[in-house]
Amino acid sequence: MKEKLQKIRENAIAEIENSEGLDRLNEVRTAILGKKGELTAVLKGMKDVAPEDRPKVGQWVNETREAIEKRLAEKLEKLEAEALRMRYESEKLDVTMPAVKNERGNLHPITQVRNQLIDIFGSMGFEVYEGTEIETDYYNFTALNTPQDHPARDMQDTFYLSPEFLLRTQTSAGQIHVMEAKKPPIKIISPGKVFRSDDDATHSPMFTQMEGLVVDKGITLCDLKGMLDEFVKKIFGKDTTTRLRPSYFPFTEPSVEVDVSCFQCGGKGCKLCKGTGWIEVLGAGVVNNKVLEGCNIDTEEYSGFAFGIGVERIAMLKYGINNIKLLFESDLRVLKQIDD
Amino acid sequence: MLAPLSWLKDYVDIDVTPKELEEKLFSCGFEVEELIEVGKEISNVVVGYVKECEPIPDTHLSLCQVDAGEHGTFQICCGADNVHAGGKYPLALVGATVYATAKDHVTIEGVMTIKKGKLRGYESFGMLCSGTELGLNEDLYPGAGYNGLLVLPEDAPVGADVKPMLGLDDWIFDIAITANRPDCQSIYGIAREVAAVLGKECKEPALDYTETGVKKENFTVRVDAQDLCPRYIAHYVHDVEIKESPAWMRRRLALVGIGSISNVVDITNYVLKELGQPMHAFDYAYLEGDAIRVRRANEGEKITTLDEKEFSLDSSNLVICDGKKPVALAGIMGGLNSEILDTTKEVMFEAAKFARDNIRKSSRALGQSSDSSAMYAKGVYEYTTVMAMKRALHLIEELGCGKVSSTHVEVSTGNSLEPKEMKVSVKRVNGVLGIEVPNDDILRILTNLNFAPEIHGDELTIQVPAYREDMDSYPDVAEEIIRMYGYDHVVPTFMPTAKVTLGGLNLKQKTELKLKNALCAAGAYEGIHYSFFSPSDLDLLRLPENAPERKAIQLINPINIDLSLMRTTLAPEMLHAIARNQKKGILSGRIFELGNIFLPKELPLTEYPDERETLCVGVFGENESFYTLKGIAETVAEALDLTFTYEASTKTFLHPYQTAEVFCQGEKVGYLGKVSYEIADELDMRVSAYVMELDLRTLSQWYGKPQVFVPLPKFAEEKRDFAFVVDKDITCAQIENGIKEACNYVTDVELFDVYEGIQLGPNKKSMAFSVVFTPKDEEFTGEMVEGFVKKILKNLERTLQITLRA
Repeated sequence: MKEKLQKIRENAIAEIENSEGLDRLNEVRTAILGKKGELTAVLKGMKDVAPEDRPKVGQWVNETREAIEKRLAEKLEKLEAEALRMRYESEKLDVTMPAVKNERGNLHPITQVRNQLIDIFGSMGFEVYEGTEIETDYYNFTALNTPQDHPARDMQDTFYLSPEFLLRTQTSAGQIHVMEAKKPPIKIISPGKVFRSDDDATHSPMFTQMEGLVVDKGITLCDLKGMLDEFVKKIFGKDTTTRLRPSYFPFTEPSVEVDVSCFQCGGKGCKLCKGTGWIEVLGAGVVNNKVLEGCNIDTEEYSGFAFGIGVERIAMLKYGINNIKLLFESDLRVLKQIDD
Repeated sequence: MLAPLSWLKDYVDIDVTPKELEEKLFSCGFEVEELIEVGKEISNVVVGYVKECEPIPDTHLSLCQVDAGEHGTFQICCGADNVHAGGKYPLALVGATVYATAKDHVTIEGVMTIKKGKLRGYESFGMLCSGTELGLNEDLYPGAGYNGLLVLPEDAPVGADVKPMLGLDDWIFDIAITANRPDCQSIYGIAREVAAVLGKECKEPALDYTETGVKKENFTVRVDAQDLCPRYIAHYVHDVEIKESPAWMRRRLALVGIGSISNVVDITNYVLKELGQPMHAFDYAYLEGDAIRVRRANEGEKITTLDEKEFSLDSSNLVICDGKKPVALAGIMGGLNSEILDTTKEVMFEAAKFARDNIRKSSRALGQSSDSSAMYAKGVYEYTTVMAMKRALHLIEELGCGKVSSTHVEVSTGNSLEPKEMKVSVKRVNGVLGIEVPNDDILRILTNLNFAPEIHGDELTIQVPAYREDMDSYPDVAEEIIRMYGYDHVVPTFMPTAKVTLGGLNLKQKTELKLKNALCAAGAYEGIHYSFFSPSDLDLLRLPENAPERKAIQLINPINIDLSLMRTTLAPEMLHAIARNQKKGILSGRIFELGNIFLPKELPLTEYPDERETLCVGVFGENESFYTLKGIAETVAEALDLTFTYEASTKTFLHPYQTAEVFCQGEKVGYLGKVSYEIADELDMRVSAYVMELDLRTLSQWYGKPQVFVPLPKFAEEKRDFAFVVDKDITCAQIENGIKEACNYVTDVELFDVYEGIQLGPNKKSMAFSVVFTPKDEEFTGEMVEGFVKKILKNLERTLQITLRA
């Protein structure tokens, strides 16, 4: 019996060692330890063993079984490790192949700048007022101290829809609506589309402006300068400074053009600033007292300032976009570029 | 506006460099758009004295020995026919730069540097120059138009730089003038500002003349249209001798871009540029009836202007007439019938103020313009009419081209040309600026600007000259002070006296931003398109004549027909954008636009139209389908926290069987669908496109629903799957509704499989749904769920004749 068991053990171990693959190993296990397995058969034959020999034979059988199981376990571990290795190997990738993208779109560059402006001015306490694109002559011009025969009307080529209605040429039109509806303190920005009959390489008949208006007690030109200084630092970088120079808008007096120190060369002079060190970014001024009076705001008590920013201009400066027309063509090669 | 430095120096002692003056002007509100150095390209050209000049045999050349004073004596080979010994000519030394001319010796072809040369074996150490080579013409310097050497005066110092004596050291300032300062649209107007900014005196141009006593006794001026002509001045000049103007006047006119015509015409142009007052000179011999009459034109009245163009007029045009007929289109151009000719012996000068808007409108309507009409359109003040007439008469005398009569007629509405007193509070002026400008500075600045200021306590009194019609109130005074005091004195402050306000976006603005971000997350890029579109866009969409989209607001003066209507739908430009991208080889993409459509209540507009915020999404590419776009619609619904439903529909521009209308809370809010093959073909699309429009205005009524947390279900949900065999025409929505209405424990129904095959029979399909039941107050039992299922099956069978798949 002992020899028989010894043989079973030797055979089994040889079979186990020669097994290639988990399937074969399972077959071997079944052939030996399964219900109809060789060793199981020995156990089943215990009834034919003399009772006094049974404990001894039982022990031999158990020893054999343990030995085989140990070998099986070892082999299993080895084969599993091998299988895993093969699996990994079979899944080898060329990591330089293209990614599977989950494409995310972008906001329009104008919207991106607009949002940045709104964030900056919103944090300074400005509310956002959106006027209408179609305006009356009164709100777009007359109430802004630009009556019918005013030379400033020639500065802007206006699209008319009727003798009374037009496409607003400036977001300033919103100023009056706000001042009619609300008493000071007023602090608003008004972004929106504006229209002028200009269509050439550098002009688009539609573009985006953002008007700003502050009316409160004791507002002065110094406050305008202080606010603009903060604004340009936030939008163009902390080393940016401003320069005011005289200009003319009918609804502000004094009126100024605001230049910023060139954020590309730091003021030394480069192609962007045409060698001057300064870039013109917006127009502004102290709100003309006639405009305030027209809205029944007491100019003895209140004063204000206003400014108008060309959003495309900021976007084109910031991102180096060279042609304003590109902004309105929805060319995906353009839209995909700016994600600020 | 062009202002030559040499001309400005007539009035102001300018002792700063041109560059410094440019900066000064810039700082006080006059941007110099270009500072032009007249002789910029010319260097190292000196006065050469030809000592010897021998013809070189068998050539047209001469061999000259040219004395250039301190520079030495040079041998020069010269081909000009007017070179001779004893003459003085501009000599370009070796290393000099002058203009290179084409073979015609007239056309300038860049700049050349003079090198040592050899002609026909003779060495040449420089070049004797023509006027053209120095950038001059006959108007800029007499004799410079000759096709040969420019002859210099006999007294020209040998070896001296030629630039000063030829006016090539001059500078021209091209200045941008803001609309509020028409008084600076002239050399003298700019000179006043230059004097103020430099703190110098401004000399008035000479205005004196002597009247001869001769009179046209019967001459009358009548202004019928006083509203359009508040002041008209006429002065008669006799014994006129038409000839060429003197060199100095021709040169000045040439520097500001005006060609010389004759002395009398040149005087009108000179005064226009010098003082900003348009003038006109009539040949008196051709004025009938000894009269000038200023009136509105009669309907259909005709005039032929100096440039021989005929115009048919109406009552909106102002004309100057003699006793019988129009002789000038007021402010725009004189009539051919009274033009100054070489034979002219008597002249009637006109200096008038015409209403700016009338001249501007007439000029535009007739398509006729001139330097005069351009000046009137910018604004001419009555103040200058008087001064200009005096100046013109002075120049008549100075040029010796006529005698100033005693016939002077001035018709005016009586506006004062004297300074106007204005009183403002110093405190208020400083209050605008936010700084305290010292009184001494205020007085100095306002004195320099001719405002004759006085300060008593807080009261500042100024005398506003009549040429400063822009001065109206204390902020104007503040501006005058600060632009001269310097904006660098403005110190930044941050609204120390203002109230704190809350800023930021309102609900609608926040929601729109959230929506845009959700669309970006869905892979769409934001586009922005023009608010106007083309009538052909409506045809592109195959919209019928009575479609509401065709009721669009028209621009009266569009740039072109393609930008002539305010858009009533965002779809056309989206389709164009998709087509444009495909043309560039971009064959897939997602674009959205959030913009307004414009719906008039009536046309023509009598009240504000409805500007409706609208969302348009366009997708295209092999991987897109009706359902991917519908997925974007669901993204929108989710971002807005709303539920959309869809019903099959049709649109003239969409696929008849792949189009749906979108509903929210029972209201129609938009549509989506596949772009029809006809339109895709018309736009040369290579891949299919899908488009959706949603009315955000309607949706906005449900924006900002409060966000409330729903507790997680206490009891386990049950899920059952069903596979039905149904008629092909039955829709998913019908079955979903059939399931939902049968049992109110159903919280979710989702189609997960659709199958068609022969074994199902013709016109049949199999649809598999997953249904979730959510318990409310108690745990479900098996019987309960079985009951739900039975109810559902019964309902579907009854309403839609649907059975479970075997």
